[in-house]
Amino acid sequence: MPTGDARVIYEVLVEVRLRPGIADPQGATVERALPALGFDGVGAVRVGKAIRLSVEAADEDAARATATSVADRLLANPVIEDSAVTVVGATDAAGHNGASR
Amino acid sequence: MTARIGVVVFPGSNCEHDVVKALGLVAAEAAGAADWAAGPAAPPPPAVRAELVWHGERSLAGYDAVVLPGGFAHGDYLRPGAIARFSPVMEAVTAFAAEGGPVVGICNGFQVLTEAGLLPGALQKNRGLRFLCTTVGVRVCTTRTVLTGATEVGAELRLPVNHFEGNFTCDHATLERLRAEDRIVLRYTDNPNGSLDDIAGVCNEAGNVVGLMPHPERACDAMTGATDGEPLLGSLLGAALRHASLPA
Repeated sequence: MPTGDARVIYEVLVEVRLRPGIADPQGATVERALPALGFDGVGAVRVGKAIRLSVEAADEDAARATATSVADRLLANPVIEDSAVTVVGATDAAGHNGASR
Repeated sequence: MTARIGVVVFPGSNCEHDVVKALGLVAAEAAGAADWAAGPAAPPPPAVRAELVWHGERSLAGYDAVVLPGGFAHGDYLRPGAIARFSPVMEAVTAFAAEGGPVVGICNGFQVLTEAGLLPGALQKNRGLRFLCTTVGVRVCTTRTVLTGATEVGAELRLPVNHFEGNFTCDHATLERLRAEDRIVLRYTDNPNGSLDDIAGVCNEAGNVVGLMPHPERACDAMTGATDGEPLLGSLLGAALRHASLPA
């Protein structure tokens, strides 16, 4: 039975995106390649980054807060990027996994 | 009096030797010219020494100018300069800049300075997504900086560029501020990478921190076919000598 101090390892996904209005030549290039592949009606392509971290924390909110700090300090450049943090999994002290996505 | 210029080496920097060599060439030429003009009885001209400083060093004591050279610090992983900005030496660089010391970031060095918040804006991927390795024209826009103090507004220089992420961007308010405060240092005469307002280099409020994408250190030797970098590095040498003559 986990004690009150038991830490859980959370799997967190940080999505780093270009801020709206920032030019994305990579996304535009990918988008231009789509018609030749037969895709119609697919557009507004924006290329960002997905970074996964494991964060040891007392609860999901704490894990999300830590990951947000990591994102704000290092993973995203606030001049041109913003980030979205999502907890996608958890492993508790007894080794039980929450759903991973 | 000897002025010491520290050229920071991050893992992945690759232009540090060119910077040291170019500073030596420009200093020697300046010293030779001064020597000749002053005559045999005059004291020797001030010496300038450029040295490599490993990114792990925590102190820049004794240095009169700092250069962050070009290259691929930390592989440009995550973003160019994103990890280098947290190197131990960067605390000392920040303090040195805050007390007015001359700091110049060339190419990757410019990227490190923007990531560190010592200069505004960010460097994005080039318009057209091409790695540029060519010579471009730039125009000096202000002489109130440590890199352009010995040049003239309007001077046109041919300098090499060598980058994939040199597209300078910032928000509208920042651009207005840079214009109003005369902090746009160099503009491209024929914008090769899509930079906002053709900006090739900017400075901080005081003009002692300058970042530029072109490589002046690759244009300081007639043997390599280009010498337009000399007035820029010559300005930096002057700034370093002035810093060296300040009371300790």
